[in-house]
Amino acid sequence: MWSRRQGRLRPVVCGVEELRRRGREREAVLRKARREQQLVSKRLLRDDAPEEAGEGCVSAILGETEVQQLLRQAQRGTEEKRERALVSLRRGLQHPETQQTFIRLEGSMRTLVGLLTSNQALLQLEAARCLHELSHSEQSTVAEACLPATSYLLTYLSSHSSDFIELCLYTLGNLIVESEAVRRQLLPQGIVPALAACIQSPHVAVLEALGFALSQLLQAKEAPETIIPSSILASTLPQHMLQLLQPGPKLNPGVAVEFAWCLHYIICSQVSNSLLIAHGALSTLGLLLLDLAEAVQRSEDAGLELLACPVLRCVSNLLTEAEVETVGGQMQLRDERVVAALFILLQFFFQKQPSLLPEGLWLLNNLTANSPSFCTSLLSLDLIEPLLQLLPLSNVVSVMVLTVLCNVAEKGPAYCQRLWPGPLLPALLQTLFFSDTEVVGQSLELLHLLFLYQPEAVQVFLQQSGLQALERHQEEAQLQDRVYALQQAALQG
Amino acid sequence: MQLPPALHARLAAGPGTAEPLPVARDPAAEAAPFRFAARPVRFPREHEFFEDGDVQRHLYLQDVLLQVADVPEKPRVPAFTCQVAGCCQVFDALDDYEHHYHTLHGNVCSFCKRAFPSGHLLDAHILEWHDSLFQILSERQDMYQCLVEGCTEKFKTSRDRKDHMVRMHLYPVDFRFDKPKKSRSPASPGAGTQASADVQGNSGERSEGDAMEICTEPAVASPAPVGERRTYSHRIPSTVCFGQGATRGFKSSKKKTKQC
Repeated sequence: MWSRRQGRLRPVVCGVEELRRRGREREAVLRKARREQQLVSKRLLRDDAPEEAGEGCVSAILGETEVQQLLRQAQRGTEEKRERALVSLRRGLQHPETQQTFIRLEGSMRTLVGLLTSNQALLQLEAARCLHELSHSEQSTVAEACLPATSYLLTYLSSHSSDFIELCLYTLGNLIVESEAVRRQLLPQGIVPALAACIQSPHVAVLEALGFALSQLLQAKEAPETIIPSSILASTLPQHMLQLLQPGPKLNPGVAVEFAWCLHYIICSQVSNSLLIAHGALSTLGLLLLDLAEAVQRSEDAGLELLACPVLRCVSNLLTEAEVETVGGQMQLRDERVVAALFILLQFFFQKQPSLLPEGLWLLNNLTANSPSFCTSLLSLDLIEPLLQLLPLSNVVSVMVLTVLCNVAEKGPAYCQRLWPGPLLPALLQTLFFSDTEVVGQSLELLHLLFLYQPEAVQVFLQQSGLQALERHQEEAQLQDRVYALQQAALQG
Repeated sequence: MQLPPALHARLAAGPGTAEPLPVARDPAAEAAPFRFAARPVRFPREHEFFEDGDVQRHLYLQDVLLQVADVPEKPRVPAFTCQVAGCCQVFDALDDYEHHYHTLHGNVCSFCKRAFPSGHLLDAHILEWHDSLFQILSERQDMYQCLVEGCTEKFKTSRDRKDHMVRMHLYPVDFRFDKPKKSRSPASPGAGTQASADVQGNSGERSEGDAMEICTEPAVASPAPVGERRTYSHRIPSTVCFGQGATRGFKSSKKKTKQC
């Protein structure tokens, strides 16, 4: 499924090693961008790659005279000649230099818009492709030169040609991330209602493109204040988004990925999550998690982490809403299969994408924190041992595993009796040899609960040199008080 | 990471909620110096916790993550001609035909044969250009509806509507799907200025490719549309062909044509 989509979106003609190297470089760039809160990406839709690859060479940069000539040729003559002129122009526009030349030419955009709005289908399509190349530019001046076309791009979202609509959507998606100024034009032009109307399309490619464009809009810095409350939540978009995330035979993973990210941006903005809960977001996403776990079990998991990540985030954040505690029945998440599914996903992350383990464990924390039922599930489904296997992976993971175990232990003796005897105490003794203060601190909390509710564990702790392990941390400011308290408890017990 | 075998069976079985073990907390659990409190955690959007997942997302968007795949061939079919009488375009791919059909033959006004990008714009056009009742009503109430999806404002004149679209919706002044109507009645005031405005606008556009609304023949000598029937839809249903020839503005193309 993704390989099909990727094939349309600029297939890469190079080897796997080269890809990996580029991937690492690109990753470093993206991390830096994110830390500066500048993480934006554009998409490029190029359909005619086979021809180019066959020719073996990339098209040439066009000079000013050539661009002018092509624009003239595109306006008169047979449709075939005009189309060829536009194709040449489009190929030239793959180069930043040609893009600059184009936007500096007086009347060039006006001509292009004229061709875009002509009633010659092939010319429209080629003009739209030219516009799309420009929208993808990293130069603001180039992308912003496309602004005169936006009202038409939006108008065409309610046309009937799915290819054309898809192209318009990806172009809009690229323009959206260009700047707040661009968005300040697109919003009054009615982009949200236009997207809301377009989401009823039955075409998968259109829906995926729409999801992308919408995710770009929702990711904007000003979205939580200006876009999400007034436009998005007031429209029918949330309901449609949830519908597109319903698991089942009609679920398209590429589409679902885009809308899951859209939901994530809405939910983590914390603007009106109660509305989403009222629309059944929790139960839909819960069922989707089950679906994802089943896909993992069937080994149909290519790219699955791309969908799992935003879904986990959405559920985790929604679980913090107050309504979840009070609202009953369908709106809550109580099915213990969610816990089973989550562990299957954790195992999948462990093998394929360890960097997502913290996010999975975050969900586990939010599920278990205030839920005796889910804590009981952890015990009855024998999930403590698998959880302990994650302890040595990283400090962040350790802290989260220990936090989840504390969630279970703090519920009282009935729970601690099921935690010990067992692999927990040996694992805890191991963590006391870690150096990270936060990890050790969380271990101390857990030990405290264990000693309180399951006093028999103290003896075993002492026998296994627990006190010596504690002594290592006596001098640490953050840990001293708790170490001392535990030493006292152990000696008295 | 080893999972208990029964877990998969649990997933396959029906929904269920575990009967919780009895909860019994001792106040000493929360006593200082210990400070653990079980609580759900929320992360705001820019939190660094999300860094890894966000980077993965953008690597995907930038097409770095996935593997090399073949570009799928556009499915080809045996060549066929457009069904609309008078249109000789030939196609061998359904996508191309879909686009052609909807651009040229879909949403076409049965009166003046203009093509529109959407049913919404076609409806507005028919109402404003070809409906005499509309003209009468518009003298007494605001009838010109804003063309932007989702906006319900109405206006007394098309000029007012245009002003609204330019000011409030930041639409271009020369938006091609909102041309002022050419007055058909020579007696109506302002017809002169309107017509000339049209011609000016049009002559500029003629050299820029065929905008859908060009009235290239100034002598559109048709009587004022009084007494038109309003009882039927003016839209051409997509399955019906008209024998009247190609839609306005369509230039017969030498490319891929057969004799017809």
